Amino acid sequence: MADEGRQLAIASDAASQALRPDVRSGRRRLPLAWLATVPFFAYTIAFLFAPAASVLVGAFQDQKNQATLSNIRLLFHQPYIAAYKTSIEISLVTALLGAVLGLLIAYAAIREGTPKFIRATLATFSGVAANFGGIPLAFAFVATLGPLGIVTTWLRNAGWDPSEHGFQLYSKAGVELTYMYFQLPLMILVIAPAIDGLRKEWREAAANLGAKQWQFWRYVGIPVLMPSLLGAVILLFGNSFAAYATAYSLTSGTVNIVPILIGAYYTGNVLDNPHIAQALAFGMFVVLAVMMLLYLPLQRRAARWSK
Amino acid sequence: MAPSAIVLLLLAATYFIVPLYATLAFSLKKNEAGAPCCTLANYSWVIHNPDFWHTIKISFLLALETIVISLVLFVPTIYWVHLRLPRLRPVIAFLALIPFVVPPIVMVVGLLRVLQGTPQWFYGTPWGFLAAAYVILAFPYMFFSLDAGFRAIDVHTLTEASQSLGASWPTTLIKVIVPNIRAAALAGSFLALAIVMGEFTIANLAAFHTFPIFLQYVNESAGFPAGALTLLSFLITWGAMASLLLVGRRRRLGLGANIAGRR
Repeated sequence: MADEGRQLAIASDAASQALRPDVRSGRRRLPLAWLATVPFFAYTIAFLFAPAASVLVGAFQDQKNQATLSNIRLLFHQPYIAAYKTSIEISLVTALLGAVLGLLIAYAAIREGTPKFIRATLATFSGVAANFGGIPLAFAFVATLGPLGIVTTWLRNAGWDPSEHGFQLYSKAGVELTYMYFQLPLMILVIAPAIDGLRKEWREAAANLGAKQWQFWRYVGIPVLMPSLLGAVILLFGNSFAAYATAYSLTSGTVNIVPILIGAYYTGNVLDNPHIAQALAFGMFVVLAVMMLLYLPLQRRAARWSK
Repeated sequence: MAPSAIVLLLLAATYFIVPLYATLAFSLKKNEAGAPCCTLANYSWVIHNPDFWHTIKISFLLALETIVISLVLFVPTIYWVHLRLPRLRPVIAFLALIPFVVPPIVMVVGLLRVLQGTPQWFYGTPWGFLAAAYVILAFPYMFFSLDAGFRAIDVHTLTEASQSLGASWPTTLIKVIVPNIRAAALAGSFLALAIVMGEFTIANLAAFHTFPIFLQYVNESAGFPAGALTLLSFLITWGAMASLLLVGRRRRLGLGANIAGRR
């Protein structure tokens, strides 16, 4: 009996050793196990890291591939510096506005008293609408608020022509209004779980202690939500900062933002120096990195309250 | 229901619905003079346009190619990582976030530079250059989808059972593992389909004629047929997302995913 049991144990040990040699024989077989991941890493190196690295290197090279800072210096002149300013402005406006409005809409749909089906509808719709973007979205807004758009026609017939009051769809404001169509749903998707985390009991406790509505939000609600809010603002900023197709189609490439400037180097006939496009792309990396650097300490401060 | 909540939700609903309605209305219009509604002429224009069929075929085949390459590349890798190299999992998860962070416009600048000088059949055709880029764009969605699928099954027991019955590695992978992660693989595939069918940035800068490029061309040249095409494009996105809901129950990324490269 005892022998049989021992034999079984040895057999199962041997089996597991055969299946998982790395467990028993330590490092000796490990390189073989790694071999299976070579195709994956080869692919990501070739098509993800090498391109990213070549942008970083190319930004610091001249036409003869000699090291230079002249491309980077050029970024601080017109029209490049203005493009960064506009890009950052549009991204900040749509990220902050998207975060505030998205939070309010999500809260209105989730709070007690709102029928459950509204929340379910909003969640499903947001999942889809966060993916509406680019050329189709631009057309939908041209059909709505363009010169011949349906809302424009209504307003004009009602005696109020938006273009006479300074609104153009192909301006910065028009781009921002259109971006909100994918910023709001994204915000709603991201913030809904955080709002779920706000317990009903906290509101009741605050109310019992005599807190008014605004006091609850000022001292409990917003501080608890703050880490999620900051993360969402960063996400929305990056989402808008990287956008190319929507603005390109909406403004026929006339709005001066960084992705459109980069695109013009390849789609136009002005490919005189591709290193400028690489420098512009490098600048986008830098802006995103700076945003992250600003975000991390804020996040750490905000997260103190949620512990 | 609080009055403020009602007002806010109504305003939001208006903002989201009016552009969709306007697109539909445009697609049914005859001409700018405001001829009486409605006509299906724009839809017939689309159906009888050879460029439409040509580009949508390219985009669809590209989506299939992207899905096949992604699955062949990622399924064995993620399987292997779950089975033998669990310490590598966080590394790959981190790598999967990079395509999220790098804007597609930056990616294409790098790709155009690095791949310049590769053979013409690769650099000059969508099946080479674009597919290679789209696999990277799909990588985060594929990874998080598949990873959730692999975490839901017991990889070790399945593998040991299969091997003790004498199955080889390929048999184990194809006949035992893949059927168990089918829902996750399908979810990732639908996301990849939605990405490729709508991707404009990379195709435009690398000068390939895919469906979104055709849509933009019609946008610039023929206003009302563009309405019909836009609606079709929305339907493709919606269809991919609805299929996603059907194949899997709630998933980490699932419907919450937002697709890079389309904006």
